Amino acid sequence: MKGYRKYFSKKIIWFLITLLVAVILNFILPRLMPSDPVSAITGKMVGSTTDAKAVQQIYSRFEEEFGTNKPIVVQFFIFLKNLFRGDLGTSFSQYPRKVSDIIKSSIGWTLALQIPAIIVGWIIGNVLGAVAAYVRKGWDKVVLPVSMFISNIPAFGSAVILLYIFAVKLKVAPVAGGYAFDMIPNFSWRFVKSVIEHYQLPFWSIVLISIGGQAIGMRSMSIYELNADYVKYSRFLGIKDSKIVGYVFRNAMLPQVTGLAMSIGTSVGGALVAEIVFSYPGLGSTMYAAVTAADYPLISACTLIITIMVLVMTLLLDVIYAFIDPRVKAAQFDI
Amino acid sequence: MNNTIKQLSRSPKFMTGFCMFVAIILFTLIYPLVNPGNPLEMIGVGTFARPGTYVSLYDAVSAQRETFKLADADDKRLAASISDEDRVAMIELFGMAGMELDIEAGDTEALLEAWEANFDTLIQTKMTSAKRKYYTRINNKLLDLKAADTLVVYEQGEEDSKSKIVKTDYVRTGAVANVKTLPLGTDNFGRDVLKELVSAAKTSLMIGLIAGTVATLVGLTLGLLSGYLGGNVDEIIMFITTMFTVIPSFVLLILISYSLGQEQRGPSVVAIVIGLTSWTWTCRSVRSQVISLRNRDHVNLSKLSGHSLGRIIVTDILPYIASYVVMAFILQVSSGILAEAQLSLLGLGPKTTTTPTLGLMMNWAMLYSAHTNGSWWAYFPVILTIACISFSLNLMNTGMDQVFNPALRDG
Repeated sequence: MKGYRKYFSKKIIWFLITLLVAVILNFILPRLMPSDPVSAITGKMVGSTTDAKAVQQIYSRFEEEFGTNKPIVVQFFIFLKNLFRGDLGTSFSQYPRKVSDIIKSSIGWTLALQIPAIIVGWIIGNVLGAVAAYVRKGWDKVVLPVSMFISNIPAFGSAVILLYIFAVKLKVAPVAGGYAFDMIPNFSWRFVKSVIEHYQLPFWSIVLISIGGQAIGMRSMSIYELNADYVKYSRFLGIKDSKIVGYVFRNAMLPQVTGLAMSIGTSVGGALVAEIVFSYPGLGSTMYAAVTAADYPLISACTLIITIMVLVMTLLLDVIYAFIDPRVKAAQFDI
Repeated sequence: MNNTIKQLSRSPKFMTGFCMFVAIILFTLIYPLVNPGNPLEMIGVGTFARPGTYVSLYDAVSAQRETFKLADADDKRLAASISDEDRVAMIELFGMAGMELDIEAGDTEALLEAWEANFDTLIQTKMTSAKRKYYTRINNKLLDLKAADTLVVYEQGEEDSKSKIVKTDYVRTGAVANVKTLPLGTDNFGRDVLKELVSAAKTSLMIGLIAGTVATLVGLTLGLLSGYLGGNVDEIIMFITTMFTVIPSFVLLILISYSLGQEQRGPSVVAIVIGLTSWTWTCRSVRSQVISLRNRDHVNLSKLSGHSLGRIIVTDILPYIASYVVMAFILQVSSGILAEAQLSLLGLGPKTTTTPTLGLMMNWAMLYSAHTNGSWWAYFPVILTIACISFSLNLMNTGMDQVFNPALRDG
């Protein structure tokens, strides 16, 4: 266990530096925006009042509240301090609601949707890819082109197609939302059933798109491994085919874990857009609403949370990788 | 170089992808010549007209008529006049009246026969008066259709200028002055979807190409510097690269696009931003290639001969990594198109009033809920176009991969 410490501390330092850069980017980029968001919200609040003094008062009150009247460095430290306390500011479009409240109510939906979907898609894709590599003839000819075409359908595309077939035409699944619109979230059986019904389409549309890419990657990795010298040597030694296949797929699996870590950042974008299609009450839909309403505290909070989610998932995968890759293990004990 | 092209032309995957891609480009170039005009012109007043050929009713009345006596004309007319909803409601009524009927909703003849024979008893069934009125209305409509056989068209104000239309009158489509074919119908603003789609595909391809070029140039430069120079430069560049691989590029894209504001966000600006957020993969693969090349004999020979850094890179290193760079470029183009579409769906797409993009078309279709009201022609062709473009590009990429990487070749 001791040998892992160096590896993990390196990974965690990396994580912290990347996080800091992400936070800085998240803070600076929206503030380069040419228009003045405070005057926009003042305009909305004031309505038809024409009293210049009143408008000025409201403007400076909002300036005070959002802290935009201070120098940018001071603003950044206030931002950091608030971030540590979990305070992400006040929403413009849903004023006076706190951004952290809005995020809190949507993050659970997103996590519950995306993590299982990415994992299930990864497993199915890898199994299909491995089978395609092992069988080659026949299966390979069918599975590969089909999964290639499917992996090229954009996430929102497969979401819309599933929605049209199952919700609009066959009417076996609900059209939109995370639960039936006439319900209040609670722990009754009826509510859970409704949530599960609404979960199906977004879930399968995300699974469907991640299968294709994983299958293709796994297939080429497995073919590469199947041609490796150790496989030939094992065959000469007369080791059972099923045992060799076990070795091969374990080795082919490793780059796939790294691949998953690397692709999470990309696939999350697509999956968030799929949420919009289903009006699923997660971060994707929240962000869509925020963009439409030009609500910049909410947008930067959404992007920050997504970044943190992706960073944490990458870190977790790095940790898992260390335990399953014998080379990492060996490297730790050598030094 | 010639040898590479010859090898590529023998790869069925590469050629299929290449032909598909060229066909798409040719179509976007040729179709506007056949059907010129502004792609965003709103020709329809309503929203989401179905795909098909539209005949001007006004012109059809005055066009030259022929008389045909077709046996199934009446049946077809009746079948077309009862909507699917009405059919379901009619069958439901039989059920409510307790009559066991074995009729499919599509079998018009049997349905109408049973309906006519039993209507008087059916209408006595217990139901709300609204429902009763609804069924009576259906029945009256059917009776009217059977009874009348002449339509009379008057010109406004002149009652004697009658024009009678009988059921057996036919007009040749060619004889009607105004016939409009809309292969993909119209969208929510009443615009010709096919025309819009072709123009959008062209803009999106351009966005993809610009994004791919920017990403490849940045990635190539940084990768070359990092791989060839090594040392501190390498560490700094790799630090930045790893960081931007982990921070989701989609998030950066959202932040930058939003910060740019509506006015600055033209299609080419969006393309450049996409390119600037997606160079990391190219940089990584170029770097690892360059590192393995850096100490080869021919590179060392050039160094000893005192050649400049630029010359060594251009003549001794670039030719060896060209195939990887082209492959990465192809993937960048397809992911650029996808990134634009996703950005537009979020409402952060290019701001344009002259050309649509594939993402914007998708965004409009979603905003006007084409996906829930069944107007498949407003979004399905868009999805198919995106899928075909990126499928053809990926096929080219896989084909090249197999040519340059023999371990992956089939059988």
